[in-house]
Amino acid sequence: MIATGLLKLLTAVTGSLPDDDGSSFWMPPQVSTVAQGVDWLFNFILAISVFFFLLIVVAMVIFVIKYRYKEGQTAEESPTHNMALELTWTVIPLILVIAIFIFGFKGYLDMSTPPSNAYEVLVEGQKWNWSFTYPNGYIDSDLHVPVDRPIRLVMGSQDVIHSLYIPAFRVKMDVVPGRYAKAWFQATKPGEYDLFCAEYCGTSHSDMIAHVIVHPVGEFETWLEKASNFLETMTPVDAGRKLFQVRGCQQCHSTDGSAKTGPSLLGVFGRTQNLADGSTITVDENYIRESVLEPQARVVAGFEPVMPTYQGRLSDPEIMAIIEYFKALDGASSEE
Amino acid sequence: MAVDTLAADGAAVGNPNRANYLNTGSGVLSWLFTLDHKRIGVMYLVAITTSFFLGGVFALLVRTELLTSGPTIMTADAYNKMFTLHGAVMIFLFIIPGIPAALGNFVLPLMLGAKDVALPRLNLTSFWFWMIGAVFAVSSIIIGAVDTGWTFYTPYSTTTGTAVISMTLGVFILGFSSIFTGLNFIVTIHKMRPEGMTWFKMPLFLWGLYSTAIIQVLATPILGITLLLLVAERALGVGIFDPTLGGDPVLFQHFFWFYSHPAVYIMILPAMGIISELVAVFSGKHIFGYKFIAWSSIAIALLSFLVWGHHMFTSGQSGITNMIFSALTFSVAIPSAVKVFNWLSTMYKGSIRLLTPMLYVLSFLFLFAIGGLTGLFLGALSVDIHLHDTYFVVAHFHYVMFGGTVIAFLGGLHYWWPKMFGRMYSERWGQVSALLIFVGFNLTFFTQFVMGSHGMPRRYYNYVEEFTTLHQASTVGSYVLALGFFIMAGYLIHSLFRGKPAPANPWGSVTLEWETSSPPVAHNFDHDFLAGDPYDLKSLKYDPATQGWVRKDPQSIILSEGGAH
Amino acid sequence: MVGQNHDGGPDPNLAHHFESMDQQRQSTKLGMWLFLATEILFFGGLFVFYTVYRGNHPEVFVFGAHFLDTALGALNTVVLIFSSFTIAWAVRAAQLKQVKLLKWLIIATMLCAFTFMGVKYIEYSAKWKHGLLWAGSYNPHLDHDAPHDVVAVEGEVHTAEADVEIVEIEEVQHVSEGEIVEPIVTDVAIEPVAEVADPGRSTIAPAAEGPGGLATPEAVVAEDVMPVEPANAKIFFSIYFMMTGLHGIHVLGGIVAMLWLLKCLRRGDFDTGHFTKIDMVALYWHVVDIIWIYLFLLLYLID
Repeated sequence: MIATGLLKLLTAVTGSLPDDDGSSFWMPPQVSTVAQGVDWLFNFILAISVFFFLLIVVAMVIFVIKYRYKEGQTAEESPTHNMALELTWTVIPLILVIAIFIFGFKGYLDMSTPPSNAYEVLVEGQKWNWSFTYPNGYIDSDLHVPVDRPIRLVMGSQDVIHSLYIPAFRVKMDVVPGRYAKAWFQATKPGEYDLFCAEYCGTSHSDMIAHVIVHPVGEFETWLEKASNFLETMTPVDAGRKLFQVRGCQQCHSTDGSAKTGPSLLGVFGRTQNLADGSTITVDENYIRESVLEPQARVVAGFEPVMPTYQGRLSDPEIMAIIEYFKALDGASSEE
Repeated sequence: MAVDTLAADGAAVGNPNRANYLNTGSGVLSWLFTLDHKRIGVMYLVAITTSFFLGGVFALLVRTELLTSGPTIMTADAYNKMFTLHGAVMIFLFIIPGIPAALGNFVLPLMLGAKDVALPRLNLTSFWFWMIGAVFAVSSIIIGAVDTGWTFYTPYSTTTGTAVISMTLGVFILGFSSIFTGLNFIVTIHKMRPEGMTWFKMPLFLWGLYSTAIIQVLATPILGITLLLLVAERALGVGIFDPTLGGDPVLFQHFFWFYSHPAVYIMILPAMGIISELVAVFSGKHIFGYKFIAWSSIAIALLSFLVWGHHMFTSGQSGITNMIFSALTFSVAIPSAVKVFNWLSTMYKGSIRLLTPMLYVLSFLFLFAIGGLTGLFLGALSVDIHLHDTYFVVAHFHYVMFGGTVIAFLGGLHYWWPKMFGRMYSERWGQVSALLIFVGFNLTFFTQFVMGSHGMPRRYYNYVEEFTTLHQASTVGSYVLALGFFIMAGYLIHSLFRGKPAPANPWGSVTLEWETSSPPVAHNFDHDFLAGDPYDLKSLKYDPATQGWVRKDPQSIILSEGGAH
Repeated sequence: MVGQNHDGGPDPNLAHHFESMDQQRQSTKLGMWLFLATEILFFGGLFVFYTVYRGNHPEVFVFGAHFLDTALGALNTVVLIFSSFTIAWAVRAAQLKQVKLLKWLIIATMLCAFTFMGVKYIEYSAKWKHGLLWAGSYNPHLDHDAPHDVVAVEGEVHTAEADVEIVEIEEVQHVSEGEIVEPIVTDVAIEPVAEVADPGRSTIAPAAEGPGGLATPEAVVAEDVMPVEPANAKIFFSIYFMMTGLHGIHVLGGIVAMLWLLKCLRRGDFDTGHFTKIDMVALYWHVVDIIWIYLFLLLYLID
């Protein structure tokens, strides 16, 4: 009774009492099934830490005041060792850390064991964006999930180690090239949450942000249906823009004239382009298509041949939409 | 018998112009080719404090960039280099050599009543290796620097276009400097203790240096081979860490942390040794729990080799692996806690003088407690999944490395400064600086715990808006810290020229380095010692004439008169 | 009294900071043992890497070992063991003040070291000639002039791991080291390739077709068959060059140390029976020898 009360007092004092959404002084909202457990253990350790910290600091301050140096006086005789004391302050911390370990391990087991009926989304991490492939083959740059349903992520990296981290869900897993990494979660509240890359991966590591959109019951399927058919439901230009944004193009190609890793696409269609081999070309549908499927064939002068091929990753209708979008990037209309 | 307590003319206190190790032999070459451990220690001190300021500049640049959530004063690539260089310079050039090289080299033989370390030429070689490693590191910075993070994770580090090879070669060479220092200390402590100084009559600073040396010798070779493999991977494409050739990027992490975790105990163990010395002297009391403190140093050194995997809980290693590393990680917390309680008990019923070194002891207890306790959060598997690679980790390790090691180093520096240079510094400015550093440090880093637990990842150039206020507070704190250090540099350098001459034993300590003049003569002592209890503070009395402390019975520790080799 | 020579004056070899020759000798010895411990750990990292990689891809090692000339490796092993003997004897000679013998023993050890490096040069240059280098430079070429007794099969075929029956090479001396020759067609039976338990890692060549690169099982090879080249075979050579290369650098270091000993000898350091220096170099040399023995076992003798 006293212990619980003390714990409550400590958690209140240390700002770890959760608000309605589960967030507290220390923690973001609790949006997954494991978040409460993680936060509980965090608070448990916090309580222990605050207790020992106060013990140490208060003792220190008291000693400094009570036993301060006085002119002409020396320290009174006192023992230089005490076995009972040593054992006490060894054994009690030992018991406490064993408890922490056990709770941590149990929580971890829950976090690393997905339920069997999980909905699977494939994740691809690359410098510097995420792409999520849904079971019907649709690819998006954000992670949409239904609420109250276990989601299993199967993740791969195209290049270096990344790490998928959703603070609100308390989930994190490194994405290592050459193998598949797995993580799972079950979201408990609809809303939009941040998804970060948590393993340093180069220039735009901090911009490698995606969003997790948790759909209320019944709405996820509707969203997926609509999104998957974007080629049918959107105009070609809009569809092309969407593809440009979610399929990793915009990290290397700007639409405002600034050169990035690749040339800017502002006004690209119809312009005369100098190529690396010295020849020139007028950009037309065929050149764009070739640049998407065989990017190393005819590289623009002044740029490195580093673009990956989209052979097998973009269908013909998708490429058509992209071409239409590029045509609209003429600087005159308000597209971009 | 202190050599200089009373000069022939009765003039008391120290006389910095009398012949001592600083003015024996002049010219750059007499320093660069010296075999005197004291000179080597001073050169190391200059070297590592310079590195600290360089690393500090990188830190200030990082923090300034983080004043706003978007780009502030530099590009993303530049920022990535800044945090990498901050880490690499601070860790490899400053903190790992740190206390052993700068203070240990000076104090160790003196504490043993010896004339030098066991292998003086190796000691000089160790220093030269530091210089050569530093040249490589600085060259790397000049030719384009590195942007991999100080941890050099593959495959990013094997594929990035920055100057990785020159930096890793520099670190490789610095590793030898560390190994040779550790080797030297182990041999010296084993073979050159004076009569009467059994293992359990050694000052605790030596236990700290000894257990550190064990780690230096056993762990650093692994760093060496890891870096060599990294260089081979970049230069020759050997394929060990490259998944397309069947290699494993996570293997690099195992190799890297197998050294780098014990390395953090290289950083903290000597610091804890210093605290043991200071807390006893400035509490005017015998240290409490000597044997427990001594054995805990050894325990920490040994356990440190078993926990490296706790840096890799999210790397994809198996659950069993994670479980074992988590369990072992908690074991290493216990000896540290034991030390803290013993230090507090030393203060109990003491006679506490709040002089600058003691202010650093109090800072240490406060800051290291936070640092150590936050390690518990990170050792717990489920919580670490959330906190790994966030600012919580950054805050944790700064609390232990800075709030622990650097604070203790500053305490030791202020404690041994009179011995090293024969001068007292301004006590008032010492207190001002200590306070600024304490306040600035907490402002800089406590906010980072909160950021981290809210999900702010580390090594982020841009960040989401919600963290802006916390980042700005942190940056302000870093400027306060910088101010504290500039003030310190000011009064310490001033003391070299205008400081009051120091007596042999200004603080009232019983360890043997205080039995010679401040600064010591080149050969340290004129006689051999019969060592007693290094914490028998009652054997001293204050001598107002010299404003220092002297032994009540000077002959009790002398083994033989004269007889120097 | 300790620290003095028989004239009663201080031993000139005694450094000023030591109390006695005994303390000095013990300190030097402890220092050297600690240094050797670091060397073991340093190489240990490579042995760990070897173990991990071989545990995951044993076929790479079985394949690669065929390109190492076991005879030359054995020769180097004998040479180094003999050199450990000569240097151990040198320590004894120093203790007994047999300076002339000491000189020749040091020289003999050095000659062994040079022989070792010479053999390594032969091995390395053969590999270089055939492009059998570390992964980044791996570029094996066929040698059309070689006699056609032995056949190799090349190709990017994944093999089942230890389930592949690898037929011993009968006449290795007919083929210079590291050679790959063109396949010729004769009658032979190829052992069937067994199923692999973990299909996640390698694909199985159906037994009926035989290893890839050949038209039909009957059309293949002579009585001796080189194993099929697994993917990542080049990693073997990465490991080989790194381990033997690092070891070779340490052999060179040993040679430098021995040159230093000869200089000390000429200066008269060993006239008085002082032997610590040679004792320390001998210890180092023994470790270099032991490491080679493990390399020989782990790299050359796998088949």
